[in-house]
Amino acid sequence: MTAALAPERPAPQAVPRLVEQFERGLAAPICLTWELTYACNLACVHCLSSSGRRDPRELSTAECKGVIDTLERMQVFYVNIGGGEPTVRPDFWELVDYATAHRVGVKFSTNGIRIDPAVARRLAASDYVDVQISLDGATAEVNDAVRGAGSFATAVRAMRNLSAAGLRGFKISVVITRHNVGQLDMFKQLADGFGAQLRLTRLRPSGRGADTWHELHPTAAQQRELYEWLAARGEQVLTGDSFFHLAPYGGPLPGLNLCGAGRVVCLIDPVGDVYACPFAIHEQFLAGNVRQPGGFQAVWRDSELFAELRSPQSGGACRSCGFFNSCRGGCMAAKFFTGLPLDGPDPECAAGHGAQALLAAHAAPRPAPDHSHRGGVRGQRGPVPVSIGPRPAAPPGRPCDENPLAGFAAAPAGAVASRSQ
Amino acid sequence: MSTEARPAPRAGTAGRFDLDRPWQIDDRVAVRPEPFGALLYHFGTRRLSFLKNATVLEVVRSLAEHPSARSACAAAGVGAAALPAYERALATLAESHMIAERAAP
Repeated sequence: MTAALAPERPAPQAVPRLVEQFERGLAAPICLTWELTYACNLACVHCLSSSGRRDPRELSTAECKGVIDTLERMQVFYVNIGGGEPTVRPDFWELVDYATAHRVGVKFSTNGIRIDPAVARRLAASDYVDVQISLDGATAEVNDAVRGAGSFATAVRAMRNLSAAGLRGFKISVVITRHNVGQLDMFKQLADGFGAQLRLTRLRPSGRGADTWHELHPTAAQQRELYEWLAARGEQVLTGDSFFHLAPYGGPLPGLNLCGAGRVVCLIDPVGDVYACPFAIHEQFLAGNVRQPGGFQAVWRDSELFAELRSPQSGGACRSCGFFNSCRGGCMAAKFFTGLPLDGPDPECAAGHGAQALLAAHAAPRPAPDHSHRGGVRGQRGPVPVSIGPRPAAPPGRPCDENPLAGFAAAPAGAVASRSQ
Repeated sequence: MSTEARPAPRAGTAGRFDLDRPWQIDDRVAVRPEPFGALLYHFGTRRLSFLKNATVLEVVRSLAEHPSARSACAAAGVGAAALPAYERALATLAESHMIAERAAP
């Protein structure tokens, strides 16, 4: 992100800071995440969208093209396409070509399953398509424990193909966990070796991540190390703006440093539902559906939920904290899916307030919908070391997990977001 | 939010902005007006820039119609006192390849 450019006009009016302008929302998203299918060949234990099986209501090719037409009209610069595994859709390349022909750039996330040498050459030839390979360990052992047996080898094969095709600057996207946070230097070497760019993002307790977050999220000491490591590398490493809650450790990392939900980003899911952000697939954050009259544009402009997210927020319990201006209360989805009040501290609050709050948290609402595989997953031989498919039993201490709404009455409708300006 | 820094698509103009030369928006850049000014996105570098008011947006959009950036600024009502600030803004845009020098008329 290059810095803000122009001087203020000679006119004397005070202009609010850019971030405050962004918090009021934009005419269209800067970028949005579009999950094309819930189908996936893997069953990662932290999958944000609980993907696995295709949903029969998924948008058709014609409907997807209609969405792209809308995005072009709204001048959405690019879409982050994901899933599920988007490349398993038979019309995936047709949709990528359609988007780029209409000046909607595409960055897609994949586990690499379809990135063979021919596809890699095709990707290397386009300026408008960017690819992001998901990898959650710098070694097969660490990666496959989260993403499933053989997934490290698949990702490495894809990266070799991309590199051999001459594609430079593709992304290697890592979700930081307790088990891979010690491999940061290895990830960087891996990326440098392939001429790729490293992207680290935060583990969210969303989707199947709700069941694994408590075991996988970095400890407070690890978060501190992560922050220092990122701060030392500046713009060399991308973060998708996902660590703004760590700013109290020593100032903001590169990026916008705000929660963009419903303001500068949002999510379109495979059945056309529009959510405030990719980490908030739950009816409380559902703004509408692209199949409604007016399509995506009407949802973005007119949704009551989005209007609320763009209105000034109280800051709640965080308001009196000296760090509030830098972390802004953290991530809405992380609070929601750990049972914390939306106007209180983030569960990973750098000042330590989250850990205390978690001790007294309500039973967390269940992520929904769930498209997880019901049985084994293709390509998996024998049990993987972590639970996949059907949800594991609720961990101790969260006894009400069986009921999606148990204990959740505490969050009033007006508390969808907790950020203030 | 992409902050990717790819190799610049065109070499040669970076860091050398001349107010008296003719300029235009790079043809790989999309400009989207917003209440605060505008967002610029470059499809080649995948970088985003912000124009923080309507005047600079007007200047940038009209560059191609003027024999020089200076003339575009004057037409948008930028006075002598404000001109150095606009020159810096345009130089930043040139450096990030959002605008490019065009052949002299």
